[in-house]
Amino acid sequence: MSEALRHAGYVLGENPLTAAAFALFTFLVLCAVLGPGLVPYDPLASDTARALSPPSAAHWFGTDQLGRDIFSRIVVATRLDLGIAVTAVALAFAIGTLSGLAAGYFGGWTDRIIGRIVDTIMAFPLFVLAMGIVAALGNTLANIVYATAIINLPIYARLARTEANVRREAGFVEAARLCGNSEARIVLAQLLPNVMPLMMVQVSLTLGYAILNAAGLSFIGLGVRPPTAEWGIMVAEGASFIVSGEWWAALFPGLFLMAAVFCFNLMGDGLRDIVDPRMRT
Amino acid sequence: MVLRRLATALPSIAGVIVVTFLLTRALPGDPAAYFAGVAATQQAIEEIRHLMGFDRSLLVQFFDYLRQLARGDLGTSISTGQPVAQELLTRLPASAELTFSALFLALTIAVPLGVAAARRPGSWVDHACRIVTTAGVSLPVFFTGLLLVYLLYYLAGWAPAPLGRLDVFNSPPTNWTGFYLIDSLIAGDLAAFHATAAQLALPAATMAIFALAPLARITRGSMLAALGSDFVRTARANGLSRRRIVYVYAFRNAVLPVITTLGMVFSFMLGANVLVEKVFAWPGIGSYAIEALIASDYAPVQGFVLTMALLYVLLNLLIDLLYGLVDPRVRIAA
Repeated sequence: MSEALRHAGYVLGENPLTAAAFALFTFLVLCAVLGPGLVPYDPLASDTARALSPPSAAHWFGTDQLGRDIFSRIVVATRLDLGIAVTAVALAFAIGTLSGLAAGYFGGWTDRIIGRIVDTIMAFPLFVLAMGIVAALGNTLANIVYATAIINLPIYARLARTEANVRREAGFVEAARLCGNSEARIVLAQLLPNVMPLMMVQVSLTLGYAILNAAGLSFIGLGVRPPTAEWGIMVAEGASFIVSGEWWAALFPGLFLMAAVFCFNLMGDGLRDIVDPRMRT
Repeated sequence: MVLRRLATALPSIAGVIVVTFLLTRALPGDPAAYFAGVAATQQAIEEIRHLMGFDRSLLVQFFDYLRQLARGDLGTSISTGQPVAQELLTRLPASAELTFSALFLALTIAVPLGVAAARRPGSWVDHACRIVTTAGVSLPVFFTGLLLVYLLYYLAGWAPAPLGRLDVFNSPPTNWTGFYLIDSLIAGDLAAFHATAAQLALPAATMAIFALAPLARITRGSMLAALGSDFVRTARANGLSRRRIVYVYAFRNAVLPVITTLGMVFSFMLGANVLVEKVFAWPGIGSYAIEALIASDYAPVQGFVLTMALLYVLLNLLIDLLYGLVDPRVRIAA
């Protein structure tokens, strides 16, 4: 374990970008946890006298069309945005990994049925499928999470299937079988820990994609409704003022969104270096 | 070979149709009440239920749906009263023109950039390539679009207002292909061509930045692998010119993974298309779907999802055929 830690420390030291990504991640998590208690203004309190005022000492990121403080809204929105992404990715990870492992380990009909479902999801442009799902199931926050989880499923299922497939005849699996372990136990206790590191890399990469996806959905008016503070909606609301030069209303939430996605992508690349040095790019 | 590949696309098409059918039946609450509108009486709802076949079994409804599709009938939009299929068809060229221009732009930048980065690993080109690929995938496409509008329209004044395919001073060219760039050239109307290109530049650039990243990344990676391979070493040992080695020997092999990645890029682009169309008020099928979503008008959304999915299956088919053209080994294996 200390060997792994030392390797992780070495990679972080070698690659300052990854270290920066981890720092940014910590900052985002702090925003999500403590943010609502720390922000200077109520994110929903409007003050029309100060509507659309540019960034100043009182309002660091300026105010929006209703005079709400953009900085407070962005910080408070972190919890919602990260929450949607984390829940969706957790769902996709759990269902995708388990079904992929089952498909790769058992083969046969299990493999064919799961493979067919995954292929059908992949036959759609993913964001379009998410739009269709939210439109059909109803325009709610929970459905945004389900839609994001569904479009992320195939990645986990495919990866887990390949990894389980190459290991199904491996010595340690045979040994576990000889010892009388049940099939379910072999999948959960032998195969799952083996594919975990690769999966964690994927979790980080898909978290970025999940944030983009959820923000995209709310940008076109699905899921989170105003006046809730959410990065995608804030960019959408600020968008109408771009052409008249009030850039701050869309820029700052957009920058935060970008930073969050950037952070998860870099962290994924860094995790990959730690987990699998051969795949370094 | 073409026929065999067509046959493998059939399960995808079947899957797409089943899913879009199930999505309508999953509408929250009572779909009949949903289609009837808020002010409908109980009797009107019952009538619609019977009319739309919601009182029959799911299987019968599915065959009805198939029969409708076979006739090219995607239902009628409640908010505009027009047949969905017709509206999608008139708006499709706008989306296609935008997407293909963006793809063309992305390819012409990403491929040379990836090749240059692979030829000199660790140089400034390589670093530029890495920055572009990492930043490109992290940028929310609607945010890039707004940023470009602010910088190039509001501040610099180079780009026209982000309001659709053509400014008010020009009338659309005669409709031949639906692609304004081509139509205006056919009509010999250079002013309209310029206006169209100016309107197209920002949205296409926005989408291209998004599509660039995976393409440049794959080009660099596969080019690096090809340049480090034995056949390139042999070619070099035999004294072939540098240019011939890079562009004929290595590139031809390196381009295969790039073509495979195009499938994923198209998936991203067809989704990004919706967001870009909203930012630039582009009158394509994406903004049509958004308008319908806001009006809770489900038939257009369903038609839109189906159209996009079928297009995507078709594009994947084309990519496979292209792959066979570039790589003779695939043809022999098939």
